Amino acid sequence: MTIGGLGPQGGGAASSSAGSPQRHAIVVESDVVRVRQVVRSAAVAARLSLVDQTKMVTAASELARNTLVYGGGGAVTIDIVDNGRRRGVRAVFTDSGPGIADLDLALTDGWTSGSGLGLGLSGSRRLVDEFELESSPETGTTVRVVKWSR
Amino acid sequence: MERIPVLKLGNLLLVSIQVDLEDRLALNLQDDLAERIVATGARGVLIDISALDIVDSFVGRMLSTIAAMSKLLDAETVVVGMRPAVAITLVELGLDMPGVRTALTLEHGLALLGAEVRVRRSDDTDSADRADLPGSIEEPTGPSGTAVAGTVVG
Repeated sequence: MTIGGLGPQGGGAASSSAGSPQRHAIVVESDVVRVRQVVRSAAVAARLSLVDQTKMVTAASELARNTLVYGGGGAVTIDIVDNGRRRGVRAVFTDSGPGIADLDLALTDGWTSGSGLGLGLSGSRRLVDEFELESSPETGTTVRVVKWSR
Repeated sequence: MERIPVLKLGNLLLVSIQVDLEDRLALNLQDDLAERIVATGARGVLIDISALDIVDSFVGRMLSTIAAMSKLLDAETVVVGMRPAVAITLVELGLDMPGVRTALTLEHGLALLGAEVRVRRSDDTDSADRADLPGSIEEPTGPSGTAVAGTVVG
């Protein structure tokens, strides 16, 4: 099952990688901190404004924690993308955990299957320009987000 | 395990978070603060987050928990120094932090806590012995009555 969606700015399909993607494992808590730092560097390199950098890093922090806590660990691939008009940062989180049974429910504010606040998915979706979520019990969960420079 | 230092300043506890917070470190800080409030009889907790370049839902929840917990232990919590980009992001994330009081700067935070403690002292005779701890940074309640901590009254 997939929930997708390109944000109002669209153009996701045409975006191409503008640098070498970096892959980082998310296995222990300190990996979440490292993911934040790598996403920050990429956001600076893509010339995102300070507010947009902060939104992207915050979204990445939520998603990396989800990968660790709910997905049982996984990885993230971070790269800088270019759609011909502007640059952005893309982060793709993958895990081979149990998957999300009800994606619509998981994207509802305040709903949590665990001990969290239920803002990880729904909140990070609001912080980025593009958000795609795929999940199944066989393949685990993949979340792809992009934040574009303005 | 690494810990965030908790400094005692008069009848306040002062925490300045200077590192990128790992979740475990945030949980340790909650526990440490609860113990230190009881051990020192502190009446206020001041948490400086000016060095934090993001506050995600986990750290937001930590701040709410500290505020609620310190309230139960008869201390007020003020969070100071939130960066503008962090505030914008928190609103969009949808995180509200019930019970967390904020001030823009350390000085304002101290003034807020100073005022709190003074009001409580006049209302609550039990707290007089606590408030008179040596090294209290409270201004003596003088005729002006409006002096705030950190202000030099000439």
